[in-house]
Amino acid sequence: MSWQLRASDLPDLARGATLLGTGGGGDPYIGRMLAERVLGDRAITVLDPDDLADEAFVIPTAQMGAPTVMVEKIPAGTEPTLALRTLEEHLGRKADATMPIECGGINSMIPLIVAAETGLPVVDADGMGRAFPELYMETFAVYGVHGSPLAIAGERGERVVIDTGDDDRQMEWLARGITIRLGGVAHIAEYAMTGAEVKRTAVPRTLSMALSLGRSMRLAREEHRSPFDAIALTLAGTQYAHVRELFVGKVTDVERRTTDGFAKGRAVISGTGDGEDFEIEFQNENLIARRGGEVVAIVPDLVCVVDHESAEPITTEGLRYGQRVRVLGISTPEMMRTPEALEAFGPSSFGLKEDFAPVEGAAVALRP
Amino acid sequence: MHIGIDVGGTNTDAVLMEGTRAIEGVKHSTTPDVTSGIVQAIEDLRARHPFQDTQIDAVMIGTTHFINALVQANRLAPTAALRLGLPATKALPPLVDWPEALSSAIQGRSYLAHGGYEFDGRPISPLDPEELRKHAADMKSNGIRSVAVSSVFSPVNHDLEVETGRILADELGPEVAISLSHEIGRIGLLERENATIINAALRELASEIVDGLTAAVRAEGISAPIFLSQNDGTLMDEDYVRLYPVATFASGPTNSMRGAAVTSGLATCAVVDIGGTTTDIGLLINGFPRETANEVKVAGIRTNFRMPDVLSIGIGGGSIVDPVSGEVGPESVGYRLTTEALVFGGSTLTATDIAVAAGRADIGDPSKVAHLDPDFIRRVLDRIAERISEAVDRMRTSPDPIPVVAVGGGSVLLPDRLPLFGTVHRPENYAVANAIGASIAQVGGEIDKVFAVEPGHREETLAQVRAEASDKAVAAGAKPSTVMIVDFDEVPLPYLPGNATRIRVKAVGDLDMGA
Repeated sequence: MSWQLRASDLPDLARGATLLGTGGGGDPYIGRMLAERVLGDRAITVLDPDDLADEAFVIPTAQMGAPTVMVEKIPAGTEPTLALRTLEEHLGRKADATMPIECGGINSMIPLIVAAETGLPVVDADGMGRAFPELYMETFAVYGVHGSPLAIAGERGERVVIDTGDDDRQMEWLARGITIRLGGVAHIAEYAMTGAEVKRTAVPRTLSMALSLGRSMRLAREEHRSPFDAIALTLAGTQYAHVRELFVGKVTDVERRTTDGFAKGRAVISGTGDGEDFEIEFQNENLIARRGGEVVAIVPDLVCVVDHESAEPITTEGLRYGQRVRVLGISTPEMMRTPEALEAFGPSSFGLKEDFAPVEGAAVALRP
Repeated sequence: MHIGIDVGGTNTDAVLMEGTRAIEGVKHSTTPDVTSGIVQAIEDLRARHPFQDTQIDAVMIGTTHFINALVQANRLAPTAALRLGLPATKALPPLVDWPEALSSAIQGRSYLAHGGYEFDGRPISPLDPEELRKHAADMKSNGIRSVAVSSVFSPVNHDLEVETGRILADELGPEVAISLSHEIGRIGLLERENATIINAALRELASEIVDGLTAAVRAEGISAPIFLSQNDGTLMDEDYVRLYPVATFASGPTNSMRGAAVTSGLATCAVVDIGGTTTDIGLLINGFPRETANEVKVAGIRTNFRMPDVLSIGIGGGSIVDPVSGEVGPESVGYRLTTEALVFGGSTLTATDIAVAAGRADIGDPSKVAHLDPDFIRRVLDRIAERISEAVDRMRTSPDPIPVVAVGGGSVLLPDRLPLFGTVHRPENYAVANAIGASIAQVGGEIDKVFAVEPGHREETLAQVRAEASDKAVAAGAKPSTVMIVDFDEVPLPYLPGNATRIRVKAVGDLDMGA
C-alpha cells in the first residue's frame, strides 16, 4: 500500500531509523530538520514496491561520510538534489522515483529531502535493511544491480561522476577518497535501477517499518507500557522477527578514532552485579558484541544500544561515560544472511575472524 | 559553619549549616533588587541563631534566575548568533530550531559567515574580516548587546572563533559581551551553538545578579568566599558566573534533589519541587538525579549539556489563577507575591491565595480570601494535584510505585495524597531543601588538554588524566574518599601527528568542611 508521509511523521521515523541505524548511519535529527524545512505542510508519496511499475526508473539518493562530521558540518542544502540531477544528466534519463540505499540513520531522510524538493515519490524499500559503513554493502549489489555510475556532490557545487563498471568496491574506494577531500561528508546518487530490479534486490518496506517502530516506542512511553515490548511486538510480524536483550549496564569506556573516513572504536559496558563486562566494536555502526569475551551478536544482525528505561536509541557518537543502557540484538531478513550477502557485509568484510551466527541462537528472548 | 542560600523567582531561602546538618532555616520574599531579600534572610538567620561573621567559612548560593529568565523569555539581552562555516551549514542557520517566542524575546539575529574547519583541520573557507565587520555593523544598527560565535569544528580548532571575537569586539566595543562556543559545549554544532546563544542572552543579567549577590553578602559583614552552584552540583566562583551563566542552569533541580535526598533519607524517589514560578519534577535513583539520555531541551531548545532529567511545569505559589476557569499559571507574579496576592492586600488571585483559603497555608490575611467559593477552591486544588500527578507519571518509566517527596515553599499546594502515587512525603525543612542542597556543595577538578596518545598506551594515559583530575578536586577542597569521575570526553584530532586527542575529564567530591 502506498501512503502519504507528512512532516509530523518525521520525529517517529527518525527514532525508528536511529534504532535501525544500529549505532551508526548518523543522527537523523539534522536530516529530519532539513526535510521538515523543505517539506513544510506538503506530503510525500511513499510507494510500496508492489505498486511500482516494472519499467519505472528509480535513482536512490544518500549522504556518505563519518557520523562525527555530520553532527558538526551541516550541509548547504543543495547537495542531494544536485547529485540526483547530475546522475540524470549523465544517464540522459529522468528518475520516476527516488529511494533510500540505507534505512538506518540519516539516510532514511535524505531521499525525503530530494522528494520534497523535486516532487518525486519515494520507494518504501532500501538496500541495506539497516545501516552499513560502505557503499558496496547493498542487497542491490549482492543480487546483481551495480552502483555505478555514481554522482557525488559537495556544498560548493562540486560534482563528480564515478563509473567503475561492475566493481562496487572500487566505486566505494574512489567515492570515499573524494568524500574525505570534500571534508568528510558528501551527497550521492547511485544504484539507478528499474522497478523490476527494486522488487528483486531491495529489502522491502523498511521505511514504513522504521516509522512503525518509532511510533510504537513513543506510544508505549506515553501509555507507560514497556517500550521494549513495543519494539518486540512491532518487529514480530516482519522479517526482523527476533529481538534479544543482550546486556544491561553502564557505559564505562568509549574509545574512538577517525581513520580513513570512518569513526572506529569500541565501547565497554559494565554490569551492575556479577562484574562481567560487555564490549562492542564499531565502525560507524556496531559490528560485534561480546559478553565476557564470548560473541553474542555479530554483523549483519543488529546490535542496538538504547537507554535502559526509555529505549531511546543511542548512536555511537552519542555514547558517553556513565550512561545506563540496554543492548538489543535484532535478527536481519534471510536475504541478508545468504552466503553471497555475508560475503558483501558479513563479519569477514569488516576484518572480523568470527563466523556469522544468528542472534536468535545467542541469548534468551526479550520478555516472551 | 556555612550558609546556603537559594534565590528563587519568588522566595529567597537561607540555611545555616554545620556539615550536612541544618541548624536553622528561613524563607523570605525575593526582592526586585535581589540584594535586600538576601540581606533580610541572613539577618533572620542571625536573629534565630546568633553567629559571628568570622565563624562563616563559605556562602553557597543557588539561583534559578537564569533558567526563569529563559523560561519566561524575560530580561534577555538582544542577541546575535554568528556562525562561521559558509558555504556549508547554510541549510540550517543559527536559531533555526528555536521556538518563535524565545527567538523574538532575544530579538535574535542570525548571521552566517565564511570560516570554520573541516574535521581534519583544513579550513572550510578563509575568514573574511570585511564580511564580519559588515555583520557587526548590522548588529550595531539593530541594537545587539550580546553575541554568540560558533564555528564548524571549533572543539578541534578554536582559533577562528577567537579571531572573530576580537574583530567583533573592535567593532562593537567593550559593552557588547561575546561568548565563544568552544568554551561552552562539545562536538555537535547546533547543540553547542544553542547553548552559546543562551549564554549570550544571559550575560547582562549575570553581571547584574552577581553584583547583587556579592553586595548583599558583603553588606552583612561576611567576608567568606562566595560560590554559586553549577548544573552538576559543583561550585563556581563569581567571576566565572559572569562569563558563563549558562553553567548555573540546572543547578535548581540538582540542589533540590540533593536537598530532598538529605532531608528525606530516601535514595530512590520522585522529587516534586514547587517553587514560586514553576514545579520541577525529577527522579532520584540511588541518591543521584537521573540524567537525560540524548538530547536535552531547555525551554524547548536542544542543547548537549549533561543535566538532571527534569520536567518543569508552570505551577507555583505565585502562579496567577484565572478567576473564571480556575486554570493555574504559567504566568506568575514572582517576587511581587507579597504585594499583588490577595492575602497581602493585592488584587491578583494567585495559587498562594487558594492555599490560604483552603487552610493549607497560614500567611498574609486569610480574611481577604474568605469570599472565595469553596467549590472553586476545591476545583483549583484538584486541578493542580491532577496536573502534577500527571507530570510525575510522565517522568516515571515503569508503572512500579515510587515514593513522591515534595519540597519547596509551594508544596503546600499539594494534598497529602496524590492520585496514582499515594502519600506525599514532606521532609523536615522541606521548604528550604534547595538551600540545603546548595550548601552541601561539591567541588570539582577539570582537566581539558591535548594528549599524544601512543599506540597501546591509551589506558595508561587515561588513568593518568583521571588521577590528575581527582588530585585537582582534592586540591580544591574535596574529601578524597568522595571523589568520583562524573564526566569524560575524548575527541581525536586527526590533523595533528602522533594520535593527538583532546581529553576532558571532570572529577567531583564533597567539600571537606571538617565537620
